[in-house]
Amino acid sequence: MSQFDISKLPQGGKGFMHDWGSDQRAFKGVPWGKAMMWIFLVSDTFIFSCFLISLMTARASTTVPWPYASEVFALTVFGVEVPLLLIAIMTFVLITSSGTMAIAVKFGYEKRRKLCALFLLFTALGGLAFVGMQAFEWSKLIFHEGIRPWSNPFGAAQFGSFFFMITGFHGTHVSIGVIFLFIFARKTFRGDFDTGRKGFFTSMKSNYEAIEIMGLYWHFVDLVWVFIFAFFYLW
Amino acid sequence: MSDEYKDNKIEAKSADSSSGGYAPPVEHIPAKEAPEQELYHAKSFWTKWVFSQDAKVIGVQYALTATAIGLVGLVLSWGMRLQLGFPETFSFLGPATYYQSVTMHGMIMVIYLLTALFLGGFGNYLIPLMVGARDMVFPYVNMVSYWVFLAAVLVLIASFFVPGGPTGAGWTLYPPQAILPGTPGSEYGIVLMLVSLSMFVIGFTMGGLNYVITVLQARTRGMTMMRMPLTVWGIFTATILALLAFPALFVACIMMTLDSILGTSFFMPDIFTMGEKLKTGGGSPILFQHLFWFFGHPEVYIVALPAFGIVSDLISVHARKNIFGYRMMVWAIVIIGALSFVVWAHHMYVSGMNPYFGFFFATTTLIIAVPTAIKVYNWVLTLWRGNIHLTIPMLFALGFIVTFVNGGITGLFLGNVIIDIPLSDTYFVVAHFHMVMGIAPLMVVFGAIYHWYPLITGRHLNQTLGKIHFWVTFLGAYAIYFPMHYLGFIGVPRRYFEMYDSPYMTSAIGLNQFITIAALIVGFTQILFLYNIFSSVFKGEKSERNPWKANSLEWHTSDYPPTHGNFGKELPVVYRWPYDFSVPGSDKEYIPQDVPPSQVSTAKAEIT
Repeated sequence: MSQFDISKLPQGGKGFMHDWGSDQRAFKGVPWGKAMMWIFLVSDTFIFSCFLISLMTARASTTVPWPYASEVFALTVFGVEVPLLLIAIMTFVLITSSGTMAIAVKFGYEKRRKLCALFLLFTALGGLAFVGMQAFEWSKLIFHEGIRPWSNPFGAAQFGSFFFMITGFHGTHVSIGVIFLFIFARKTFRGDFDTGRKGFFTSMKSNYEAIEIMGLYWHFVDLVWVFIFAFFYLW
Repeated sequence: MSDEYKDNKIEAKSADSSSGGYAPPVEHIPAKEAPEQELYHAKSFWTKWVFSQDAKVIGVQYALTATAIGLVGLVLSWGMRLQLGFPETFSFLGPATYYQSVTMHGMIMVIYLLTALFLGGFGNYLIPLMVGARDMVFPYVNMVSYWVFLAAVLVLIASFFVPGGPTGAGWTLYPPQAILPGTPGSEYGIVLMLVSLSMFVIGFTMGGLNYVITVLQARTRGMTMMRMPLTVWGIFTATILALLAFPALFVACIMMTLDSILGTSFFMPDIFTMGEKLKTGGGSPILFQHLFWFFGHPEVYIVALPAFGIVSDLISVHARKNIFGYRMMVWAIVIIGALSFVVWAHHMYVSGMNPYFGFFFATTTLIIAVPTAIKVYNWVLTLWRGNIHLTIPMLFALGFIVTFVNGGITGLFLGNVIIDIPLSDTYFVVAHFHMVMGIAPLMVVFGAIYHWYPLITGRHLNQTLGKIHFWVTFLGAYAIYFPMHYLGFIGVPRRYFEMYDSPYMTSAIGLNQFITIAALIVGFTQILFLYNIFSSVFKGEKSERNPWKANSLEWHTSDYPPTHGNFGKELPVVYRWPYDFSVPGSDKEYIPQDVPPSQVSTAKAEIT
């Protein structure tokens, strides 16, 4: 019985046919968890797509004009009204956290435990800052602008409905990510992925692949934000 | 006719002609790509049987829970039938209770019984065994999946006990009526329904990811995709459909929950009630219908595809012949799955959408008939000149083919806009979907239970009770649903609590009574079946190993019935497809998947 060597497999289109026609694995060399996260993200994409497509139909069919997002989401800084200022900062923070996440994955594969944990922590803090700013934005809209899920003074009621629903759903994703990032930062720092310490719930060993899987989720959440930004704030 | 072909020998092809283009050559054992799966070894009773991480136990848990809630759905249907057959005799059933029964019966049967049973039950039990894996890839997530499903079922049951009772909006839950006063359960029942559905989606996603990755990434050595039993193909494709279709239901549920609790207007148009305009307005009820049916139509195939797969295996094993056109069968499953995402609005011909949409969706709908017909022909051709054993699984499989063809043909009527419009919302529709996605998949469920019961318990079900079960269910189903087609043609509308003295009633009274009596008899027979299942665990005739002489891996485990870890020290190596029955030249009547070619050297092997 020969040893399995992934580098000897055919490449390109031929490789695709080979892999899907072969035994054991359709995605050669891909760990189970990573494949699972990808499929989950495809499913999650359908959820966010449904939200955004619903938003588009609502905009197209409301009887009352849709409010101007750039006016609603403006901050007054030193007497100057800057449209979308907070949203721009939020977007910047979230995209930056994607960068730190990528660095954490790199250090993870190099098994540089402490640096990996540090960048996971940066990522988590970035996410936390994003959720914090979102909380500020929500409270400003609710308490100062008088926007409610069922009505708002700017125009179509669906504006508030979709705003709170979509950003809330995305914020929930970010919050779940932040919680797991903190847990992973601790696990990494403690050396769980080096010592093979068993998980609290699953009693299974884990390794640095888990960081990459976490990273996939985090990048996805950031990417979704870009679409929400485009469809809700800019359009 | 057959005399002309007297001298023709019908030759079954052997495995190697269907081994997949890049399959390793004969006798070559491919290298292991990954180390063995690390399993959680349960020690106590609780972790072994209750909070179990073993896919086989989880599968049984899913099946039992689904059956239990399915019984509730069955009892609800009795209530409806009593009201329709004998109005005024059973006055405890008011209009509200009737609508609640209709709604809960539909939702329970489609989602909580059939989906959970096929994917959660059969999927969990069979996928790891059939692809040669020790367990699902993430047993812990799999366990959580079951418990979230159970919680969803409990929330659904709870809705029977809240003020106002469960929702009575019809299983499609169309807003705005679902959340407006006048519909039963419009305050609490509907919210619990939506919450329960959302939980079901979450629970299912955890399980579904497991099924997909187990099939894609955890097959044993030699098990190519094109050597998987069609059962696995059916469940696998259905799971992918579910992972892509349930998001739409999930989103619809969230939006309607907000409409109901917070007073948003996602789905609420401007409405006047009691002479006053409601505060809500500006939303689109059609949007809900699109979201719902984007889930709802693939849902039909989520139920049907596993049934297609399982019945192919039943027919092949019990007719001792390889499945005709295996590759065609696989591609038909995949194509049906893909097409099911572009036909959803054929449920909305009368919703007032753009008529050009109707044209488009009628076309795509009728195209689905092509791969579906291929499957039916292939089943029939598998039977042709097979060595048909009229065992109970085979009886149910034959019953499935007939019922499915019947339901499929009425589907062609309803798929055409022009014919659908007069038939819409009549009993013709009720008869159609009960035939095609109620009775037909249930036939497969029953056949599959009779087939795999020995594997799970080591004992056979009682054959006499089984025969009674089959004949009463099969003939009874026709006694119930054939007259319903006629009721539809004469224009009896569905969802009406009572027809009173409308002109329909003259010819419908007798038929409705007949249907009701037939339904009660068929319902009672299912209780007999359940008795059979529970009593045979202890009293059933002991089954020898592999009683049906099947080839797929689940019958060739180290222990029988299979135990934790499924296979012994070494995972089996697969050399062929699971349909090597009556191979020409072979001295063995059947060749299991894990028998190497050197052991059956006499079998004629075609290498392509």
